[in-house]
Formats: sequence, C-alpha cells, structure tokens
Amino acid sequence: MDIVIPSISFSAIMPELVLLAVGILILLLDVFSEKHSGKLAYIAVGGVATALFFAMTPITDPSTTFAGLYSADRFTQFFKVIFLIGTGLTLLISEKYAKENNINHGEYYSLILFATVGMMFMAGGADLITIFMGVELMSICLYILAGYTRARMASNEASMKYFLLGAFASGFLLYGMGLIYGITGQTKLVKIAGAISANSDNMMVLVIGAGLMIVGFAFKLAAVPFHQWTPDVYQGAPIPVTAFMSSGPKAAALAAILRVLVEAMNFIQVDWIMWVSVLAIMTMTVGNIAALVQSDIKRMLAFSSISHAGYALVGVSAATSDGVSAVMFYMLVYTFMNIAAFGILALVAKANEQNTSIDAFKGLFRTNPVLAAVMTIMLFSLAGIPPMGGFMAKFYIFMSAVNAGHLGLVLVAVINSAIGAYYYIKVIVAIYFQENPEKPEPVKAGPSLVFALLVSVIAVFVLGLMPDCYLTIAGKALLPF
Amino acid sequence: MLNQYLPIIVMIVAAAGTAIGMIVATTLIGPKKSFPDKDEPFECGVSPVHNPKSRFSISFYVIAMLFIIFDIEAVFLFPWAVIFQKLGMFGFIEMLLFIFVLAVGLVYVWRKGALEWE
Repeated sequence: MDIVIPSISFSAIMPELVLLAVGILILLLDVFSEKHSGKLAYIAVGGVATALFFAMTPITDPSTTFAGLYSADRFTQFFKVIFLIGTGLTLLISEKYAKENNINHGEYYSLILFATVGMMFMAGGADLITIFMGVELMSICLYILAGYTRARMASNEASMKYFLLGAFASGFLLYGMGLIYGITGQTKLVKIAGAISANSDNMMVLVIGAGLMIVGFAFKLAAVPFHQWTPDVYQGAPIPVTAFMSSGPKAAALAAILRVLVEAMNFIQVDWIMWVSVLAIMTMTVGNIAALVQSDIKRMLAFSSISHAGYALVGVSAATSDGVSAVMFYMLVYTFMNIAAFGILALVAKANEQNTSIDAFKGLFRTNPVLAAVMTIMLFSLAGIPPMGGFMAKFYIFMSAVNAGHLGLVLVAVINSAIGAYYYIKVIVAIYFQENPEKPEPVKAGPSLVFALLVSVIAVFVLGLMPDCYLTIAGKALLPF
Repeated sequence: MLNQYLPIIVMIVAAAGTAIGMIVATTLIGPKKSFPDKDEPFECGVSPVHNPKSRFSISFYVIAMLFIIFDIEAVFLFPWAVIFQKLGMFGFIEMLLFIFVLAVGLVYVWRKGALEWE
C-alpha cells in the first residue's frame, strides 16, 4: 500500500508555528541564562507581532489543509487576529506586574503563547479532533497560569477549581463529540453535515450530542448556568492572567461554537437557536445582576465578562451571516476594552494585589488624571455608551438579532445593558467624586503598559467611529450559511 | 439465535466453576494451620495497616510524568519506524522535529533540576 501524504500548507498555520517557536525559545533562554530575564516579555511581544503579521496576510480562496483537519479561511484569520491582539496586550500589561510579583519566569510567557496556539486551533479546526486538541492545549495552559502566583492562597484555589471543573467540562465536550461520531461515523465538520443530510435517523442522539458539545463550550465561555467557576477563578488568578482568560478563551469558545453549529449542525438549527437564546438570556441577566453587588473590582469585572459573553451569544442565536460578523466585531472591541480595564486595575491594585476593591479607585482622578480618563473611556465602552467601540459592537449584535426576528431576546439584552451601566458608572463615581482617606501616592505606569493603554484607547475610538471597514472584513470572513 | 451464544455461556460456567471449585476444594481438603501472620490480608508484601500520612518525595511524580512522555514518544516512533521507507525524507524530518520538541522539554527539566534526586 502506498502512503499518500496529504497536502500540507504551512503558511496556513504560520502564526501558530511562530508562537510555538518563540515559546520554546523563551523556555530555553530562561533555563540557560539569567541575564535575559528582563527581556522575556519583549521577546514574547515580538513573537506575537510576527505572528500578527502572518495572520493578517489575506487569504484569497478559503480551503482546508492537513487532510481537511484545519480550515484556512478568513473566519479563522479574523479570530487569530483577535487572539493575537489579546495576547499582545496581556503580555504588555504583564511586564511590570510580573516583575513586581516575582513571576517573571520564562514559563509564564511560554504558557501564554502556547495557550494562544490552542485558541487558534479551536478557531481553525475543521475537525472535532483538532478542535478538542485546541481546547485542551488552551485549558491546560490556563489551569497552570491561574495558579501562577503560588504564594497567594486564592491563586492556588483558582487553579485547583478551574482544573477540576475544566476537566469535567472536557468530559461533556468529548461525550458529545463521541455521540456525533457514533451516529455519523465522521469527525470532519463538513462530512458530519453531509452524513446527516444523507441519513437523518437517530435524530435524538444527534440532538443530545450537539447539546453536550454546547455544554462543553459554554463552560469555556463561562455562560450561565455553566459559570460557577468563573468568579472565584477570575478573582484568584493573577490580574494579567484574568485579563487574558476573560478575553481570548471566550472568543475561542465562541469561534468553536460558531464553527461547529454553522458547519455541522445546520440540521438542528431550530433546536440550537433555542438553546443559545436561553443561554444568552441567563448569561446576561445573572452576570449583570451579580456584578451589581460586587465591591471588589476584579470580581465585578469577572461578572461583567460573563454578561458580555451573554451579549455575544445573542449574536450567535441570530444565526445569520450578520449575526456572525457582529459577534466577531464584538469580540474584537471587547478584547481591547476588557484587557485595558484589567491593566489599569493591575496598576492601581499595587504589588501583590494589595487592594482590588473599589476603594482603590477612590480619588484616582486627583492622583493620576490621565489614568482616570483612560479607565473612564474603557468603562464607558464596556457599558456601551457612544462614541466608544462598545456601543457599536452592541448595536450590531442587537440589530442582527432584530433582523432575525428575536425581538424578545433583544429586549432582554437592552434592559441588561441598562442594568450594566450602573456598576460601571459606580466605579467612575469613585474615581471622580470620592476622596481616598489614605491619600495614596500616584501610581507609575511602565512604558509597556502605557503603550498597551494607548493602543486600546485608539482602537476603542476607531472601532466606535469607523466600524464599517472592520465589519466588512468580518463580513467577508463568513462561514457558509 | 440464542444458540450462537451457547459457547459464551459454557465459557462463563466453566470459568466460574473452576474458580469456585478451587476455593471449595482448598477449604474442604487443604491443611488448616493458623498463625497471626497468615491471617493478615495479603497485599503484595506491603503491610496492610500503616499511617496514611507518611510523606514521600514529589520526585516520584516528576519521574513518572517524564516516563509517560517518553513512553508516548516510543508509541509514536514505533509505527513510524515500520513505514519509515515509504514515508521517505518528509517523514524523517517530521519525526526529527517531533523528537526535537520533546528533547527541548528534556533539556528544560534537566536544567531546572527536576532530575536531581535529593
């Protein structure tokens, strides 16, 4: 028997290869010489920038490569860009934090890069196995990163909780994939769709399989009712890791949900639109209401990230090409504003996360007016107030859902958006109108944090004022509907 | 239809019969000399009752993990070696890359001192 080596396009996975190579380089540099330890973050940022360059090289005709295991299309590319931006910003806000908290090791940066590779395989996977490998690569790196500040008890707890519940969720995901494979005999998404349209017996098992897979992804997305781990893990993990976990992996889970549902599960569209709508309503409502009563900013942002996942799910449940591009645009804007907000929190909370409560922000306007202004922009954007990007992102999501006829869902989302404004503005009130009795010294941002915040502010305004061209890019990235 | 399963039933009966038969036979005809050591439950030579809090080195886990990694490497190497000729240069380079990545891992744990046994 001859062995036919499948067509392999290395250019399709160039960003992944770059990140892997840089990750390995950092590991080796770290163990072989002490003197590079200050530069590790910048080497990682350089790797991300190189990967971003490759990820932005336009693909003219979408195709699958590696024997149909990986899709090289614009959908993958758009999400890769989102992940790389998230990773780059995380590395930039990590630099000072890592040095102050004694976690400036090679492993820290390598794990972030490897997790990003996992996310890319989740977005690019055209096969259940590839997607599962991506999920595991991402999750295992995140379990370690959540517990990276070993001296803090909360960090250890976060890591343990995330690991146990994450392993459980992987079980659901795998069980769902197993059922789908059992019925169709295929693991490639396109072939699953083909097998189902050819033979639609055993519909019940297929529906159960699809449902279990959604449970697995909803866990990674932290959608209610699979969000129980989120507040504790986000609060316990080091702040830059929380910023990382609450943006990239969420986008990756959404990418995987979209690809699986749209490419393979069209046959039960009526069912999954209903499930995703219910998830969206619960996620938005629980996330927002729980965020209202938090006095710890880190925990508040954790719940806020849950509610944002809910808004994104509204776009998924629209199940139209407009909905998909709205979700992609939403995740792009969300990555900037979320990581920037966490970056400022990391700075204001001081070394070893002494104070992450809302009190830390009191009187910030007097000590650091510029920082206060940036935080205000990010919070307004998260709340969805024009002309910031957060508004346009929400607007497109809601519009796509209205056009798809989900009026009730949009109504719930709009009410939630109004509730959400309250807790973001609570922080702004603390920044401008309240005095800090301790009279703290102004905090000093390092150059990398300043750069990250500058990029985020520009991005939030550009995306808010000129969303059209990005939306067009997202629109071209579409999956077949 | 059920006839097809007859051999399995015969097998089950024979297996259960042999096991039960041996126990019954030794109970009935075996010599019975009892002393304390003999009455203890047998567990591979390890004392069945001991303090559960005894501590042992974490190095055991590290070595076990390393073993699994290189065990898996062997699992991948074996089928590769079988069809090595057919895969040609491409397969050779791919496998070199695979081994390189694992070797980096080994160098890393070595330099980190995970292989030191204190």
